Amino acid sequence: MSNHEANRNPTPATASDAGYGRWHRRVLENRGGLFALLTTIGISIGGIVEILPMYTAEWGPETADWVSPYTPLEVAGRDIYIREGCYLCHSQMVRPMRSEILRYGEWTRAAEYMYDRPFLLGSRRLGPDLQRVGGKYPDAWHYEHMRDPRSVSPGSVMPPYPWLLERTIDPEDIRASVVALRRAGTPYTDEDVAGVPDALRTQGEGIVQRLAQAGIETTWDREIVALIAYLQRLGVDGRRHLEQQNAGGTP
Amino acid sequence: MESTSVPSPQPASAAAGASIDYDDDIVKKFLLASVLWGGVGMLVGVIVALQIVWWPANLGLPWTTFGRLRPLHTNAVIFAFAGNVCFTGIYYSMQRLLRTRMYSDRLSALHFWGWQLIIVLAAITLPLGLTQSKEYAELIWPIDVLIAVVWVIFAINFFGTIAIRRVKHLYVAIWFYMSFVITIAVLHIVNSLAVPATFLRSYPIYAGLTDALVQWWYGHNAVGFFLTTPFLGLMYYFLPKAAERPVYSYRLSIIHFWALVFIYIWTGPHHLLYSALPDWAQTLGMVFSVMLLAPSWGGMLNGLLTLRGAWDRLRTDAVLKFMVVAVTFYGMSTFEGPMMSIRAVNGLAHYTNWVIGHVHSGALGWVGMISFGMIYWLVPRLWGRPLADPDGPTRHFWLGTIGIVLYIVSMWAAGLMEGVQWRSVNEAGQLAHPIFLDIVHRLAPFYWLRLIGGTMYLVGAVMMALNIWRTIRGPAPDAAGPEPVPAPAQ
Ligand code: HEC
Ligand code: HEM
Ligand code: HEM
Repeated sequence: MSNHEANRNPTPATASDAGYGRWHRRVLENRGGLFALLTTIGISIGGIVEILPMYTAEWGPETADWVSPYTPLEVAGRDIYIREGCYLCHSQMVRPMRSEILRYGEWTRAAEYMYDRPFLLGSRRLGPDLQRVGGKYPDAWHYEHMRDPRSVSPGSVMPPYPWLLERTIDPEDIRASVVALRRAGTPYTDEDVAGVPDALRTQGEGIVQRLAQAGIETTWDREIVALIAYLQRLGVDGRRHLEQQNAGGTP
Repeated sequence: MESTSVPSPQPASAAAGASIDYDDDIVKKFLLASVLWGGVGMLVGVIVALQIVWWPANLGLPWTTFGRLRPLHTNAVIFAFAGNVCFTGIYYSMQRLLRTRMYSDRLSALHFWGWQLIIVLAAITLPLGLTQSKEYAELIWPIDVLIAVVWVIFAINFFGTIAIRRVKHLYVAIWFYMSFVITIAVLHIVNSLAVPATFLRSYPIYAGLTDALVQWWYGHNAVGFFLTTPFLGLMYYFLPKAAERPVYSYRLSIIHFWALVFIYIWTGPHHLLYSALPDWAQTLGMVFSVMLLAPSWGGMLNGLLTLRGAWDRLRTDAVLKFMVVAVTFYGMSTFEGPMMSIRAVNGLAHYTNWVIGHVHSGALGWVGMISFGMIYWLVPRLWGRPLADPDGPTRHFWLGTIGIVLYIVSMWAAGLMEGVQWRSVNEAGQLAHPIFLDIVHRLAPFYWLRLIGGTMYLVGAVMMALNIWRTIRGPAPDAAGPEPVPAPAQ
């Protein structure tokens, strides 16, 4: 075959293939619809086999009653965490390895994620894992750290987020989130939904007071307060449960 | 018009080829869009690379911080650059392989403008922090709906063209395109199912590890069916065209196609190894990922062996240079991937720069290089004139190749180093490197090296854009000559 002819015809009829490929051409490769159908079946099997069992008690990730849903303020903080893309530098998954447990604490159990919508495991660690950061630092540390990471962590490469100190959250907006989360399956009650503004203020004021003791003045509706509420919550349910278990108490 | 001067890919007489009025206008549009968005996406990549090693580059503004620009980078290079490249190649080759104009010009135009609209919306919303946080599926739900609509428009146009084809047999490139059209639709719809809270925010119907599994089922197959199968289709069309050789083995293409589309879907859990995801799912993901090596290498071999007897042309033909290096990087990243899917290896690689090295050996090496090769092959044919700078592609090739090597070697080194230092424990049973930031600081030289490599790659892409610009704006082709246009370089 001259180059010229080959150029006209880059179909795969090579010498080694001569005479091959008759039946599947006829049965399959000449029929667009059937080919598409078989491709669809081919790409569906793996997903079905892996995803559907997640909804069974036996094969799916375990759940537990020692985990509670996020409070409205924590939901707001989580939305800020998502908005700022913190998950692109911070994972939330301590692996069951000695070095990870030494560095970050107890490895993460499946149930600890049961109310995470969306999941925020992360796939990159430009910064340390945050799954057990709750309770590790006082609220004021986070406040300063978000304002200027280098003020409390010399040499840090984390960007500063000073605007979180100024911007405020909107209770109605957060109520919409709580409603949507409930519709998606998180067990919030009617009272929870009705009480969103009060819950935000009560939890926020607690943080504001702790910050005031460190000489920081702010109000309960600042974004930074919501973010601190979320960060201080991370990994706490699991740690408390595991400590009780290790102490021999009822899980 | 011009297209009739290009040899038809099918065994048809020149006269028959001449009677078909291919729509090359849409091909040109997609091509120019890919060049434009490629430059933008890579520029953002370089900015993000700078931010990692020099935090002041975050500029202290909400919309320019790393957490908001990084998704802009990934969306721009995957959906804007790679996406438009796929559509360019598909609209060009499909019409010729099936010997018909696209099913509907109106659908083609809707597809083009709809897709560009999605990109512009992404470029606005991501810096504003409007995101769903799922990697490569960040866009908010109204845009997700728009993507689904535009994809359906594309699918109707695609299958419509197959329905009105004048060639009975569907060439292997079409199979790969078809798997792209079908699978992306399924992945996008299932992974995006969410309950809206407001117009700008929603929460997924899946929770916790189930959400993670669905996302990585999507995420890995975005790699598989957005960055791999359509590009394999392009390889099956443009590599034989550029090499002027038929594809090496038809039998191999059948086997590796069906194996690839079947196996790929199972591999998502290799992104969740050592997580609390049930063990059986992790094991399935790992086993299928290792198996994926075989069909991947089937594709690589079929591409490389197509060049048998034409290797000498590599020295002079820049288009072939791009394509051969692309296929080689495809082989490399699909060897590395299965290795990284082995639990013990993943324990070291996960979370580190090693993954970033792997990503970009696939992205810069395979996706980028085959795109550049295809673009350099197409431009003279579409606009019916030689490149303004015929040596440009060769220079671009070397700049890009050295850039890739700097990028991935530095990231491998950085990844191994941080992986080892994170985990090493001394005799006393304590962490050998307890201060996280100390390890971060040791990575700086590697990050600077990556920045240099990435910048070289970007400069190459910008050179290509300028070359194409000058070609298009240059003098119109000689009206007398329906002769085939000379090969792009030398
Ligand atoms: C460019 C990557 C990057 C981004 C984006 C980033 N961080 Fe960090 N973060 C780091 C690094 C590096 C450290 C370690 C040094 C330090 O303490 O500042 C860190 C440390 C932390 C710590 C302390 C962890 C510990 O155990 O000591 C917290 C909490 C934290 N970041 C929260 C956040 C939040 C919340 C966001 C989003 C608003 C965020 N980070 C965005 C890189 C990042
Ligand atoms: C000029 C060239 C490029 C540069 C400098 C660059 C730089 C970067 C940087 C710095 C990151 C973030 C890494 C991290 O989080 O540590 C990144 C991520 C990424 N880039 Fe690029 N990039 C370039 C081109 C491309 C191209 C062409 C593609 C795809 C076709 C691509 C695909 C990706 C993907 C998918 C990620 C996410 C990886 C992950 O989450 O693990 N990049 N890039
Ligand atoms: C046989 C083929 C392949 C296998 C088995 C494979 C496997 C893997 C594994 C194990 C990871 C690391 C996951 C982690 O620990 O976080 C990964 C990440 C990744 N790979 Fe591959 N890979 C393959 C081919 C490719 C190719 C060809 C490309 C690009 C075109 C690619 C793009 C990516 C991207 C973008 C990520 C990062 C995902 C993220 O974390 O955001 N892969 N791959």
